[in-house]
Amino acid sequence: MLRYIFRRLLGAIPTLFLIVTTAFFLIRIAPGGPFDAERALEPSVLANLNAYFHLDKPLYQQYFLYLWNLLQGDMGPSFFRRDFSVQELLAAGLPASITLGTLALLTAIVFGSILGCIAALRQNSWIDYTVVATATFGITVPNFVVAPLLALVFGVWLNLLPAGGWNGGAPANLVMPVIALALPQVAVIARMIRGAMIEALRSDHVRTARAYGLPTRMIVVTHSLRAAALPAVSYLGPAAAGLLTGSIVIEQIFGLPGIGREFVNAALSRDYTLVMGTVIVIAVFVLIFNLIVDILYAALDPRVRYE
Amino acid sequence: MLFQPLKKTLQAATIAVACAGAVSAEVYMRGNDSDPETLDQHKTSTVVEANLLRDLYEGLVIYNTRAEVIPGVATDWTISDDGLVYTFNLREDARWSNGDPVTAGDFVFSLNRIMEPATAAKYANILYPIKGAEAINKGEGEGIEMGVRAVDDTTLEITLEQPTPFFIELLTHQTALPLHPASVEEHGDAFVRPGNMVSNGAYTLVSFTPNDKIVMQKNEMFHDAENVAIEEVHFIPFEDRANCARRFEAGEVHSCSDIAAEQIGDLRDRLGDRVRVAPYLGVYYYGVNSAREPFDDVRIRQALSMTMDREFLAEEIWSGAMLPAYSWVPPGIGNYVDEQPTLDYADLPMLDREDRAIELMIEAGYGPDNPLDVEISYNTSENHERTANAIADMWAPLGVNVTYQVRDASAHYAMLRDDKIHDVARAGWIGDYSDPQNFLFLNRADNPGFNYGAYDNPEYDGLLDQAAATVDLEERAQILAEAEAMFLRDVPQIPILFYSSKSLVSDQLSGWDDNIQNVHPTRFLSLSN
Repeated sequence: MLRYIFRRLLGAIPTLFLIVTTAFFLIRIAPGGPFDAERALEPSVLANLNAYFHLDKPLYQQYFLYLWNLLQGDMGPSFFRRDFSVQELLAAGLPASITLGTLALLTAIVFGSILGCIAALRQNSWIDYTVVATATFGITVPNFVVAPLLALVFGVWLNLLPAGGWNGGAPANLVMPVIALALPQVAVIARMIRGAMIEALRSDHVRTARAYGLPTRMIVVTHSLRAAALPAVSYLGPAAAGLLTGSIVIEQIFGLPGIGREFVNAALSRDYTLVMGTVIVIAVFVLIFNLIVDILYAALDPRVRYE
Repeated sequence: MLFQPLKKTLQAATIAVACAGAVSAEVYMRGNDSDPETLDQHKTSTVVEANLLRDLYEGLVIYNTRAEVIPGVATDWTISDDGLVYTFNLREDARWSNGDPVTAGDFVFSLNRIMEPATAAKYANILYPIKGAEAINKGEGEGIEMGVRAVDDTTLEITLEQPTPFFIELLTHQTALPLHPASVEEHGDAFVRPGNMVSNGAYTLVSFTPNDKIVMQKNEMFHDAENVAIEEVHFIPFEDRANCARRFEAGEVHSCSDIAAEQIGDLRDRLGDRVRVAPYLGVYYYGVNSAREPFDDVRIRQALSMTMDREFLAEEIWSGAMLPAYSWVPPGIGNYVDEQPTLDYADLPMLDREDRAIELMIEAGYGPDNPLDVEISYNTSENHERTANAIADMWAPLGVNVTYQVRDASAHYAMLRDDKIHDVARAGWIGDYSDPQNFLFLNRADNPGFNYGAYDNPEYDGLLDQAAATVDLEERAQILAEAEAMFLRDVPQIPILFYSSKSLVSDQLSGWDDNIQNVHPTRFLSLSN
């Protein structure tokens, strides 16, 4: 197993290298640069800036300079936010993004599984229909609609929760962003668990367990859910990626200091180094998460073995 | 490498958590358009930083709540008869937040620093009127000295390249704010950080959490500290204007620096006079590429301008968040004539204007049988899109076929600056100081960065040069008005709307006067429960 993990980590290096290279050139192909705004700069001033950020050097030199610095752990200064280095901005944004992402993922798993199970056990009842309808709603209504609605109802009208802001990650400030972010994933996971569960409940080994007279709770949790969880586990990779992109929207709407918001602002202002930094962090997350999912898969399914 | 900053962030987060819940009436929660690019006054260019730096630092002169220039660190000043030498007397009780006196030498240091090419200051050119400044900033300054001198600790002398009647206005801009030389020498670029920053304004910097908030506390060393009512300000960045409006309605912020245009009507119904819309020093316009055929024909440009129903655009498309513009220089600007020149069809009914425009187009050889293809370029924004669509409809009777070219802001402005491949392009300009020169200079032939109409009229440039050499303000205003009238006859850039500032201001906040510069220093505001 350790050898497998090591091999996977080694394999991630060329992937990352490819991502870095592609991102580096893609963002520079985009027309306009970091200093093009409504207020055009004096040519002499622009020359000073280009020299300061090495933009006056040929592109291939900039690329190798960037790689060289990156290998030494230096992601460079932000082009647009000149008081910070890229590392500092990422370090400042990660706690909020990780808190938000982790809570949303846990919410999605817990509520998705519970709802999916209930729906499967009460198949074709009103509970089942409600869960399926809610799930369909959760999948189809985008979170840029759900999030402001939540803020309006619970923040402005009922005044129960803060309408936005981070406030050092206070629980009250997290409730609505986590719900808005988790909702589509809850829906997907609930539908998956429901489907897999219905199948599992009809399988031979569950029928055998029933015949032995095992208690229902044991049949559901130990024998059915374990099998039913497999497709959901393999979905966790894409789910995590979905949460990352979802958080870009949620962070904007609730005004949270995460890296998703940084990513959007950086791309729009052509903050080359900051775009690169956020792309690298997101890529590393996705790679690591996929690895975790594969390991989990082996733990859950005795037929899967990695050598 | 990631560890150190992470540790610092965690520390900051701990402090932030410890402070959470401490929000009381004494803390002013102030919405800002976004996070600043930097808190280094020399590297900034936008109003976002201006709002922050105005609270942290005090310049030689400052704006009061009505945007009138009043003494700041300088108590008074004299101008030599030739308009070239400004002598400022500085107040004796001006102090930095660490207790050091604010001296004339500090201003000399600061004005030199912004011009050094190594500083890479984005907006150094605003201070080019100072003698030697331009040459030094362009790296041609060997042996040249800046025209800035400390006669003694409380006397500062600034010499200009040529008379600049709006020079005192210029000094209200954040680029002219002083910085504390010892801190800059000790910390380098990191002098802007909390803990390092030493400032001389009404407030000092406590913390800066990116995308979250900037916390400032009252500076007890400030010479007028006894009259500063608000103890603590939190500047909160809101790229999403609707988010600020929601938090305002929920009572979580006391003011918003902007409102989404489409929300104005709705918010007005619910919030009444807490919605503030005031004329602002800015013009929204279409640059017509007059270097290209057929847009080099003034008849076509005039016809396009004539058929724009500016009242409809202001009221219906922008929900009253903009004002119709029939001149290039916004009304209410300083140092200008009382009767400003306007487009000569400003008072004609729309139907008459349309008839006249159709005639002009026929004279120029265009009409429904021989339609004119026009591509409107604009930067991505719902409001720009709706404006362009409405204008296309207004142009339809002229036999104009409109296509669109939409780019994001960065790409749009890069095209305007470098390639200039547009027919008609949307742009906007917000003045930096209250003087017509700050608008008219956009159309100079030697200003390709802004001259999106490709206007090349030596007579116009000559009038601006003549105005620049005229010390008498009234005479100068007449010359500038003549230049504007000439420009409006040629309309290489079509003024469409004037901007307004749009703010949400809580009833708890007093001292907030609407003004044309949209400046509201926290030191003049107060909060009540």
